[in-house]
Amino acid sequence: MHDVTLIVNGVPRHARVPARRLLSDFLRHDLGLTGTHVGCEHGVCGACTVLLDGRPVRACLTFAVSVSGQEVTTVEGLARDGELSPVQRAFAECHGLQCGFCTPGFLTTVTAFLRENPAPADDEAIEAVAGNLCRCTGYQNIVKSVHRAAELMAEEGP
Amino acid sequence: MTTRLFGEPVRRREDARLVAGNGRYLDDLGADALAVAFVRSPHAHARITGVDVDDAIDVEGLVAIYTWEDLPEGVREPLPLLIPHPALTHGRTAYCLAKDVVRHVGEPIVMVVAADRYVAEDVCERIRVSYEFLKPVVGLENAVEGPNLVHDDVPGNIGAHMVQEVAHRDGRATRDVIAAAPHTLEFRLDIERSACMPMEGKGVYARWDADDRSLRVYSSTQTSTSVRMAIAAKLGLPLPKVEVIAPDVGGGFGVKIVHPWPEEILVPWAARLLGREVKWTEDRREHFVSSAHERAQVQHVKVGFDDEGRVLGLDVEILHDHGAYTPYGIIVPIITSTQLLGPYKIGSYRVEFFSVYTNTVQVTPYRGAGRPQGVFCMERTMDKIAQYLGKDRTDVRAVNFIQPDEFPYDQQMIFQDGRPLIYDSGDYPESLRKLKDLIGWDDFPAMQAEAAAEGRRIGIGVGCYVEGTGVGPYEGGHVQVTSDGRVHVSTGLTSQGQGHETVFAQIAATELGVPIEKVSVVTGDTRRFGYAVGTFASRAAVMSGNAIALACRKVKEKALRIAADALEADPADLEITDGMVHVVGAPSASIPLATVAVLSNPLRYAFDEEAKRATQFATGGGMDRPPVAEGQEPGLEGKDYYSPVRSTFASGMHAAIVETDPDTAEIKILRYAVVHDCGKMINPMLVEGQIHGGVAQGVGGALYEKMVYDEYGQLLNASFMDFLMPYVTEIPRIETDHLETPSPLNPLGIKGAGEAGVIPVSAVVAGAVEDAEKIVIDRMPISPSDLYALRDSSRTSGAVSLLRNTQ
Repeated sequence: MHDVTLIVNGVPRHARVPARRLLSDFLRHDLGLTGTHVGCEHGVCGACTVLLDGRPVRACLTFAVSVSGQEVTTVEGLARDGELSPVQRAFAECHGLQCGFCTPGFLTTVTAFLRENPAPADDEAIEAVAGNLCRCTGYQNIVKSVHRAAELMAEEGP
Repeated sequence: MTTRLFGEPVRRREDARLVAGNGRYLDDLGADALAVAFVRSPHAHARITGVDVDDAIDVEGLVAIYTWEDLPEGVREPLPLLIPHPALTHGRTAYCLAKDVVRHVGEPIVMVVAADRYVAEDVCERIRVSYEFLKPVVGLENAVEGPNLVHDDVPGNIGAHMVQEVAHRDGRATRDVIAAAPHTLEFRLDIERSACMPMEGKGVYARWDADDRSLRVYSSTQTSTSVRMAIAAKLGLPLPKVEVIAPDVGGGFGVKIVHPWPEEILVPWAARLLGREVKWTEDRREHFVSSAHERAQVQHVKVGFDDEGRVLGLDVEILHDHGAYTPYGIIVPIITSTQLLGPYKIGSYRVEFFSVYTNTVQVTPYRGAGRPQGVFCMERTMDKIAQYLGKDRTDVRAVNFIQPDEFPYDQQMIFQDGRPLIYDSGDYPESLRKLKDLIGWDDFPAMQAEAAAEGRRIGIGVGCYVEGTGVGPYEGGHVQVTSDGRVHVSTGLTSQGQGHETVFAQIAATELGVPIEKVSVVTGDTRRFGYAVGTFASRAAVMSGNAIALACRKVKEKALRIAADALEADPADLEITDGMVHVVGAPSASIPLATVAVLSNPLRYAFDEEAKRATQFATGGGMDRPPVAEGQEPGLEGKDYYSPVRSTFASGMHAAIVETDPDTAEIKILRYAVVHDCGKMINPMLVEGQIHGGVAQGVGGALYEKMVYDEYGQLLNASFMDFLMPYVTEIPRIETDHLETPSPLNPLGIKGAGEAGVIPVSAVVAGAVEDAEKIVIDRMPISPSDLYALRDSSRTSGAVSLLRNTQ
């Protein structure tokens, strides 16, 4: 058993877990942050994407013990002071989700992407979400959401 | 109706919770529950000769191990055959845990309950099952022709055989009509297996309350009411002691309408037995090998037609692969057989199917549910007729269309709901006109020639379909207005991302004249509504939407009557606007709906200021009348059911332009256009979303997805790495246009929209690739290597690849 402490959404969180505990299970079952979803368990679908020190990673391919001490942002940490982030609002506004199961992975991925590229061209927006599977939306409104989020961020400033 | 919300692109009320990570899907519940894992068969066909648990029992955290022998009466019987049919003469279903013989890779044999999933899987790895191998049956034609049997007592592996025939109006049989037709064609079509593949797999979580002797079960299901009845029956519990809730469900697409899954019986059974909370969450590999697939068919087609391309006779023989078991009956091939007719008047029609056992995962409806196969057959037929006669493909379709003045149109068959296949409304010529405009059909030949001059191959395809939606038998709605002015709506069917909380709130707000913010909607919770059928067959909006509207009308009538008393007005002069009941044209003579709710429930006790107004010394009224009038009930609430005489038929037409790479045979969809008619739209934004998602699944089925079984019955691509579902990079931008032909069958004039997008895509893409390549495409999906091989074989055979005037 190993002591794992992560800064999750700005708060230090600790649990004692076996070495094989995946980061996805650690977040969901040890910390109770169930917003991060697991769709394929082998890094293909992207539903479990979280931000590790600001960069998107597959939580289902990461051992919790291997990232002890690092900062993790999950979908629960995207809103600020109770207000949904521009990316979250854009997905709701553009009907960029249906069942919502894959959505947390898109939201974290797009959040990191727009920090690097705040005004993406269409092919860049498509490329940004090309590693995440969605079975409901057909993606059209997800791409629209990426552009809308960029607009909202530009309007609202940093 | 003054609050216009019906028909508006209202934003979804589900989303605030879902984008914040506050959704509650099955595995998000039951943090302290024990976990379940299964030992599943690694063999497609084998007799179980022993289960050895010696190495497993010492694993720390193990709670229980169960095999079939451990199951009590009720749980040990075969699972129900949900939809019996006279033609299904040899229906067979599985056991919750395999008894003696396993018939597909993935069939559950041993159930393990442990402290968590990691431990449960450790235990599974240490359990040794020994087998005597039996010959597997894989592939439709092997099943029918080969000597091996999936079930010893099912000769020829044929579970069902059904023939339906609609003779020519002069009484001649279809085959005679075809024999006498001026032109005939005969060909074979193949469609591969695919599957729903919701992003969330199945899952069950059960809590037994020993004090209350009651069971609460959460399941990622498309029908909580029916799961509840199945659990109560199998476990021998009184129905009121069992509640089933579908929480947020991460997609269904059909696979979650099947029930009870073994786990839906086993998990509640174990929870009661152990007196502990128990949960099973399906992993992705389990979903591939132990849930359900769909689509696989082989079709043999003969068609006779005249010089205009009018179909005089159509004769279709279908081999349908239903896998190892038939829990959902033969609904899929019945839908293929009946919906194959599409928007056309076919002179005479004979359809025969054999539904066949193989040692593969069972086949149950996947979005479209047999229609994609039927439409593939009919639309390939139309293309071949056009090719043969040298006519435009849309002209051949147009000459066969049912005309707008011919509705209701009786196809003289029996549909999947056991009711006559009568189309209620539609305008197919107008749909086709809109589609041709949208895609630029008439300009395409010039575009194709231009591309050819640059060495590029592009092609265009078209596909039409009619979809029976809103099948019965019924759904219900309950609407309650409470004294705080809130409106609580519930219906029994479940939600998997369709946006029911939004559209049902739109309907209730519109009907009652209240702000939508006051309305809340609950679906799929048997504590709130016990009678329902489920969410499938594009039926939720039609069935529950109308039921909720009817329930609202009851509530409104009661509200107006009570308000009329209070306002000393005639109920006929009242209307409700923004939550205020008022005299038409005189907004000052008004009373809030919240107050009406207070007055509707005569009280003895005043628990708050509002309630004080309804207590017995506060209300005046006639002293010679009882406080609750005869025939009335306290409270401002209403319940009603909608039960249609038959299904309502939506329709649509798609067209695509594809480009094929002359060297690599890569296939790219350049444009995709959809014209869709689902009657009156409750929320056009959500209808578009349904179409986008459906088309994307259709593109998956046309170009990428298939279940690859080897000759031993091993599923070789049982992961998202190998089963190729489309990412954003594979899906074209979808251009849409709508037609709204209201249904005359229901009060709201609506038709279903959930499945439409997926239905014609394989047919459309096949037609477009054929047009680009001038090679016959009779098998879908088509991959670049398939196309490359087809090019090779058509070159080496030296055959003129297309059919034109070969007879």
